[in-house]
Amino acid sequence: MDQLENEIHPKILQALLDSRNDFTLEDALENEMILNMGPQHPATHGVLRLLLRLDGEKIIACVPELGYLHRGYEKMAENMSYYEYIPHTDRLDYISPMANNVAWVLAVEKLAGIEAPKRAQYIRMMIAELARISSHLLAIGALAMDVGALTIFLWTLREREKVLDIWDILCGARFTNSYTRIGGVANDAQPEALSKAKWFIEQFEPNLAEIEQLINSNRIFIERVEGVGVISKEDAINLAFTGPNLRACGVEFDLRRNSPYLYYNEIDFRIPTYTEGDCLARYFLRLDECRESAKIVKQVLEKMPQGEVQANMPKKVIPQKDEVYTKMEELIHDFMIVNFGINPPVGEIYNAIEGSKGELGFYLVSKGEGKPWKCKIRSPSFNNLQALPKLVVGHMISDVVAIIGSIDPIMGEADK
Amino acid sequence: MNHIEFIPRKLKEKFPSVDFEASDYKGELTIKFDKKFIVDVCRFLQSDSELEFKLCPDITAIDWAVRKNRFTVVYNIFSLKNNFRLRLKCDVDESDCSINSVVSVWQSANWQERETFDMYGINFKNHPDLRRMYMPEEFEYHPLRKDFPLMGIPDSMPLPKK
Repeated sequence: MDQLENEIHPKILQALLDSRNDFTLEDALENEMILNMGPQHPATHGVLRLLLRLDGEKIIACVPELGYLHRGYEKMAENMSYYEYIPHTDRLDYISPMANNVAWVLAVEKLAGIEAPKRAQYIRMMIAELARISSHLLAIGALAMDVGALTIFLWTLREREKVLDIWDILCGARFTNSYTRIGGVANDAQPEALSKAKWFIEQFEPNLAEIEQLINSNRIFIERVEGVGVISKEDAINLAFTGPNLRACGVEFDLRRNSPYLYYNEIDFRIPTYTEGDCLARYFLRLDECRESAKIVKQVLEKMPQGEVQANMPKKVIPQKDEVYTKMEELIHDFMIVNFGINPPVGEIYNAIEGSKGELGFYLVSKGEGKPWKCKIRSPSFNNLQALPKLVVGHMISDVVAIIGSIDPIMGEADK
Repeated sequence: MNHIEFIPRKLKEKFPSVDFEASDYKGELTIKFDKKFIVDVCRFLQSDSELEFKLCPDITAIDWAVRKNRFTVVYNIFSLKNNFRLRLKCDVDESDCSINSVVSVWQSANWQERETFDMYGINFKNHPDLRRMYMPEEFEYHPLRKDFPLMGIPDSMPLPKK
């Protein structure tokens, strides 16, 4: 007991123990024991620390500990202008940075009353869906890898590389993109990027089917995930599950349909749902969503209009650099926006998009200054992780790995 | 049915003694009231068959950096039935820096309130497990308060024990 208290903070220990204290570290077979999983563990998808209370190999209680990747992004947002914060959103959910960029600029545009041109909105829609595909591919691959099917991970990452290549052409960065701007996107989508996206979508469908064939008939994989980590519809809503995890429980809730943003109301797509609510359902749902996203990208590429990619609002939107260097007015606006910010009117808004993990929202409070007075990031991973103790209790240690993989938490986002 | 008018009216009918302050900004309805009634109002909003705000995606607070009513606790709730988002607000004064916990209404409030406690030091009464969410337990400050410096406070955290 004394030894444990040196290693684990007493308050955390108390949460784990409820009221009992009859355990030892030494004799695992006869008594209960405490297992410290993470923060440095390959299957916890980052720096998630789980304290597991075990009876033999069965889990009796679980306490997640967060904060190992807490960088204080909400505090930082209060001390920098709305433009300066765009690169920081890349570091939230670092698996799909483009979706975070889109979420941030949409929130700021709503606060400041800016409307981006239609072409820019279509480009945003394309990159948000590509981000979803890349994120789900990693989630599928990591889940399969966690339960032992290593090949899938290599195959899905091969597909993911192609998405990163498209981003490379679009904005010159594969990982931390910072592609969107308030009032538009940084630059128009190049024809090469669009044709590459088209090529990617065409070859993606058969490749995904191939990936699926590898494991869908694999008995070991199915038995590891089927019926594991079941959560009911009511519990999922009560625990504020969103995104694929909620839809795998049979709730048809998708912000793209419930409160359409961008131009999702012009696109025809289906919202897949499953009713089982176990790891297998979450895995199948991500596969289905990849297909739907591919369908959306295909339609977006067909419907994409021509035109400007930045709104013509000189006092709010940073002008292009070539204009800044040649025109007096643009130079003044550039100077004012960079030094004093865009000063949205006094007010508060909450704007959320359907990120790849769930509802990704920003709550912004403006006092009419260049910096937000308050910025709250509603991160889906944080809320999805909250259900973890409920999901793992009663299962084996080896199932914990599968359950974490199927929830798909990203600690950069959960810890902010 | 217009929810922006309907929900404040329904709340006033149900709680005639509570002073509700409804405002609408860019299509988002915000209702502000005294913090004493937070659990009752939340339970009503969650269980009423016409409203059914079953989802509580977010709880946070705002530090206004003023002497009176320094903090505002903000509840962001969503009704899957009506497809409507509602924001509830309660002022919390620094001298009595506490509010009743709504974990009994929405389980998801557990971590969200822990995070708000960690970042602002607002005490959620009747919370089952009010520990810090992100910062270590030994940390004495609340980082998102406006009087906490951006660069942090040197030597505020002990080095890990050997």
